[in-house]
Amino acid sequence: MSPFRLWVYLSTTPLFWLTVTLLCWLVADDCARRSKRNPLVNPVLLAIVMVASLLYATGTDYQTYFNGAQFVHFILGPATVALGVPFYRNFGLVRRNVWPMLVALLGGSLTAIVSAVGIAMLMGVPQPVLVSIAPKSVTAGVAMAISQDLGGIPSLTAAMVMVTGVIGAVMVTPLFNALKIKDFAARGFAVGLASHGIGIARALNVSPVAAVFAGIAMGMNALVTALILPAVLKALIGGH
Amino acid sequence: MIRGFALLLFCQLMGEICARTLNMPVPGPVLGLAFLVAGLLGWNRFRPFNAAQLTASDLGRVADGVLGNLALFFVPAGVGVVQYLGLIGAHGLALAIALIGSTLLTLLVTVYLFIAVKRGLGMEDNAP
Repeated sequence: MSPFRLWVYLSTTPLFWLTVTLLCWLVADDCARRSKRNPLVNPVLLAIVMVASLLYATGTDYQTYFNGAQFVHFILGPATVALGVPFYRNFGLVRRNVWPMLVALLGGSLTAIVSAVGIAMLMGVPQPVLVSIAPKSVTAGVAMAISQDLGGIPSLTAAMVMVTGVIGAVMVTPLFNALKIKDFAARGFAVGLASHGIGIARALNVSPVAAVFAGIAMGMNALVTALILPAVLKALIGGH
Repeated sequence: MIRGFALLLFCQLMGEICARTLNMPVPGPVLGLAFLVAGLLGWNRFRPFNAAQLTASDLGRVADGVLGNLALFFVPAGVGVVQYLGLIGAHGLALAIALIGSTLLTLLVTVYLFIAVKRGLGMEDNAP
């Protein structure tokens, strides 16, 4: 087989892009570890940029890439369930923090929607894009469903969700350190609410307690946003 | 290892079934998480186990292993953003400002509300 035909064959098999995804991740995670988990060296962002550059350089479309990468993507589901184990380990702590969580949940959820739509509106973003950005702090699957229901563009929502995740994961540690916030339950809850799973992944690198509360915040914010978003959007942009 | 992974998938499957049949606005895996916690609480009553036993169990090892690399599983979806660069491009600056500003505000409001209620109830900070 000529090198060209070998490449044509390999570049369309799941094996090739699955391997590339894992290798890029290993390099990215190694960079993050060498930086002593500096928040600016975000391994998700690094790995995304590396893989995307390779796709661009080889002229590979996303569908071909995803045929391989879907095996990694699939693990997101069981990994979310696995958060139940640290949740169980900290069950007593979770129970003691029920009231702070409920109040922070409602306030945070509302802030996430109103501030995103409000700022974008002031900057002249058109309505379908406003709807698409509204659920940006919610975990991708739910955010896309909400966007679809309300006349947004689900795939654009997915992109906004991923970008929001990375922004929060990069911002959270320097921000809360600068403000001298030492309650890791509160810090974790905030990053899980604002930045869903990518926020949880960051919290896991910082503190097990923060990760537990980030997980709870992600789950509860998906529920609350799905319930309040239609009414909040109507109040902000007047129907849809 | 297979036993632990099968348990995670089983909880997720039950979560998906409940979420879809009852039309709940919660993702299946999040309901699956709740089922796993409920299952652990129930099992501990029925046949008590301690934290070390949980960590050493099939479930504990798979869960800790998967969570240790949680960020990896976001890479394929993240690469998908590349497809929408054109769509984002037209309003790129406005969207960037909205996302950064909103994430900052959300983090601040959430963390301060959480802390304010805790102080109001006379609770101590939680260490890492």
